[in-house]
Amino acid sequence: MIETPQVDWFALSPTLALLGASGVALLGAVLVPWWLRRGLAAFAAFGGFVTAGILAGFVFDRSDEEQELLVQSMTRDRLGALAAIIVGGAGALAVLVSWGERRRDHQGEYYALLAAAGAGMVFFVTASNLMTLFLGLEWFSIALYILCALDTHRETSLEAGLKYLIVGSFGSAILLFGSALVYGATGELGFSAIAAARGQGKELLVIGLALIIAGLGFKASAAPFHMWTPDVYQGAPTSVTAFMSAATKVAALVLALRILVVAFPEQEHLWTVAVAVIAVASLAIGNFAALVQRDVKRLLAYSSVSHAGFMLIAIAVNTELGARALLYYLIPYAAGSIGAFAVVAARERELGVPVTLERFGGFGWERPFLGVAMWIFMLGFMGLPLTGGFVGKFYVFSAAYEAGWTWLVIVGVAATAVSLYYYLAVVRAMYMRTDAELRPVIAGGSPPRDPLLVTAVAASVAVTVGSFFLVQPLIDWARDAAASLPF
Amino acid sequence: MTTALILLPLAAALVVWLLPLPGRAAGALALVAALAEIVLWVVALFRFDFQQSLQLVDRQSWFSDLNVSYHVGFYGFSFWLAGLTVVVCTAAIGYAVWANRERARAYYGLMLFLLGAIVGVFTAQDLLLFYVFFEAMLIPLYVLIGVWGGPRRLRATATFVIYTMAGSLLMLASIIAFGISQGTFDLVESGVSDNAWIFLGFVAAFAVKAPLFPFHGWLVEAYRESPPEVAAVLSGVVSKAAVYGLLRIAIVKFDVDVVVDFQSSILALATIGLVYGSLLAFRARDVRTVTAYSSMAQMGLIVIGLFSMDERGLLNELGLNGAILQSVAHGLISATLFLLAGMLEQRAGTSTFADLGGLARGRPALATILLTTGVIALAVPGSVAFAGEFLILAGIYGVGWGWAAVGAGAIVLAAMYMLRLISGVLHWRRGPAVTETARDLRPVELALLVPLVGLLLFLSAWPASVTERSFPIPPREEAAQAEAEAP
Repeated sequence: MIETPQVDWFALSPTLALLGASGVALLGAVLVPWWLRRGLAAFAAFGGFVTAGILAGFVFDRSDEEQELLVQSMTRDRLGALAAIIVGGAGALAVLVSWGERRRDHQGEYYALLAAAGAGMVFFVTASNLMTLFLGLEWFSIALYILCALDTHRETSLEAGLKYLIVGSFGSAILLFGSALVYGATGELGFSAIAAARGQGKELLVIGLALIIAGLGFKASAAPFHMWTPDVYQGAPTSVTAFMSAATKVAALVLALRILVVAFPEQEHLWTVAVAVIAVASLAIGNFAALVQRDVKRLLAYSSVSHAGFMLIAIAVNTELGARALLYYLIPYAAGSIGAFAVVAARERELGVPVTLERFGGFGWERPFLGVAMWIFMLGFMGLPLTGGFVGKFYVFSAAYEAGWTWLVIVGVAATAVSLYYYLAVVRAMYMRTDAELRPVIAGGSPPRDPLLVTAVAASVAVTVGSFFLVQPLIDWARDAAASLPF
Repeated sequence: MTTALILLPLAAALVVWLLPLPGRAAGALALVAALAEIVLWVVALFRFDFQQSLQLVDRQSWFSDLNVSYHVGFYGFSFWLAGLTVVVCTAAIGYAVWANRERARAYYGLMLFLLGAIVGVFTAQDLLLFYVFFEAMLIPLYVLIGVWGGPRRLRATATFVIYTMAGSLLMLASIIAFGISQGTFDLVESGVSDNAWIFLGFVAAFAVKAPLFPFHGWLVEAYRESPPEVAAVLSGVVSKAAVYGLLRIAIVKFDVDVVVDFQSSILALATIGLVYGSLLAFRARDVRTVTAYSSMAQMGLIVIGLFSMDERGLLNELGLNGAILQSVAHGLISATLFLLAGMLEQRAGTSTFADLGGLARGRPALATILLTTGVIALAVPGSVAFAGEFLILAGIYGVGWGWAAVGAGAIVLAAMYMLRLISGVLHWRRGPAVTETARDLRPVELALLVPLVGLLLFLSAWPASVTERSFPIPPREEAAQAEAEAP
């Protein structure tokens, strides 16, 4: 008789809901008639994400104390639950954005993979052990590799999938190698056990730590591990890009925060500096490269690199306020990211060609709501008031200043100044071209109606603006979540 | 009460944006809202007790962990600046209705939003809230110039935004440093800081906004490419945000030693700006550029008044009163001149002196209004500008007679450029752009200009209405009191 461990099904329920949704969508792809497939699969995926988000909300509510589950392979705490809520929300919005995508085939598979990727991320953020960390990482990564390459009739989609696969596998391999070294140095897999096993194999441990940071840097698309980001974001189906840019970043950064704070408190003096350097590199490379982009998806890709930099500042300061800043920042960032890519998707479906800044010309006047929404997302990315992005940056800089990282504040402020140029370029393109300057790009006729996409954009606007006015409740959640980490 | 003054225009902006009204109706609605705002301000005027300092206070916690709150209220001096704002913005909206701006709903919504944001700046008693309103002014200004501006508007907005944001972001860093080290962002509760870097961060932002020499690179293009009514608001009112910021934050919230250390440098920059701006105004070729550079010169003079404290840091009441009076006077003068420039451009297609001239003959209303405004602007004895300049110079005389001598010299320059403007437009031979169809001011235009000129004449007759009601308690004493009361 093998003794089975006690399983806390409640803590696992968000993951299971998404896995179930994925299964339903996948079965639907074979079992139901073709005309029902898309509806069933999308509904299942949407329901899965919403259910996962709600269940994660309950887990958040009922996890005052953190608990180790399943022989210390997972943690039930508010940090993981909050991340799962954000992933659930991002996933649900991504499903709405995906609905209008004209795809000839693989409807069921698409939504099944989306739900599976979400399940992997929700699992990943609760990992408290190097094995589950790697398992979760590969789980959602593999789903995303396929999603990127799903539109096999589009060359760019295949290219994006291949690039993501190769570079992503490289990142995973580095992470795995780092994990092995850490295990070799300490003889432990659990995060807290690694922290407890001090003193032996110091060099190995430090090299392992560096490799783990690099591996997570790949997933968070932080410079210098960002090379895949622009190509993949540009080539992947836009709805997949929207999901990736929001959810993957949430998962990777939350887990980076967890593993660094829980497993490596002894090496704090090393990894804070390393993360700060990566943050500065991301800010510099992301912002300067974005300045010269003409393709809006590439531009937003580099912008996401630079936002990884801002969020890494919050990790580098290694204080409770920093963790709070990161968790708050993720909320408006995720909403703005999904919303911005959704607007790009709307324009793309209207024109049938990749969206460059020129092809955004006059968009603001033609589609007033989507134009204003894009304006708001850009304001959010710039960190200007009346958006949560402003409060997020304010928290990040405050945390950095409070912890004595004044130079990081200066770098962040300078990076923000540079970023204005390209975010405003989007606004300029949408609103400030005269009719004479616009080369007609549209074949004619009214743009395709896409109420679900508009709903997703409206929800993103609501979160972006709402998080500015309702800072207190959100920051309370972030504080509760950050409290589960041992600062 | 204060909240109502901020929210009324913002709510009206939302209504104008959301209701599908035809252009004229949207303009009329905006004008009604602006007039209602004036009524509200007059009601507040009767409730205002000029013997008290901060009043009409509204306060609500925004996020408590960093002690940030929505905290608004009026001092005597900021009440006058707010009054200036509502009057000038209403005139500007009236002008826009008369000029019949296209894309009306977007336009009037932005104007109302701008009005609300500026009133917010003059009432904010919390640093972060101040920053929020300060930045919120920039967003509508950017669009108003970028969409409705002249042919070189894109360049003008780019320069404007880069200058302004560079200053603002330095201020954001300063705000964070100030707030985190004080433990609160509230301007009433916080003590004084002795950090010179933080002081310089604030001064940088306000020096760009004013603008002071050498931060005036954005000025001419922005004033020349804006629609005239936006230029009126920009030079008449938005620049006064710098006055409020310097007085409420930079001078009062810093240690005497810090302020006195930089007093000479700031005075030097302001004096250079005064003389240099006046000389440039004398060399300018058109009405708008003269007004733009005279604006820069006048802001220099106002800053001289603000920084007329003695070497012990005791604020000079003469100088401060003069600065506030001059701020109000300059706001009205500058707005009138820009609106007049717009009306000239409507008639002649240009405001260049070479193409104008001889407009006085047969156009008595235009001649009277322009002459009256011009004569007040050149500070003829008995005018409000004379009273303001006299007080400022009397105040700065206590610091050093050299400053006063240079200031008095610059007033002679003001006479030169204003007389040149008056002659260039009204007298001499009829210019090539002036046709017989260029009619005298219409009743609608007079309805816009006469109240502004009337207010100038009223203040000329009774300058004490402002000067005796600005500083019942000089703000620094109050800060010292608060410090003494604090445990």
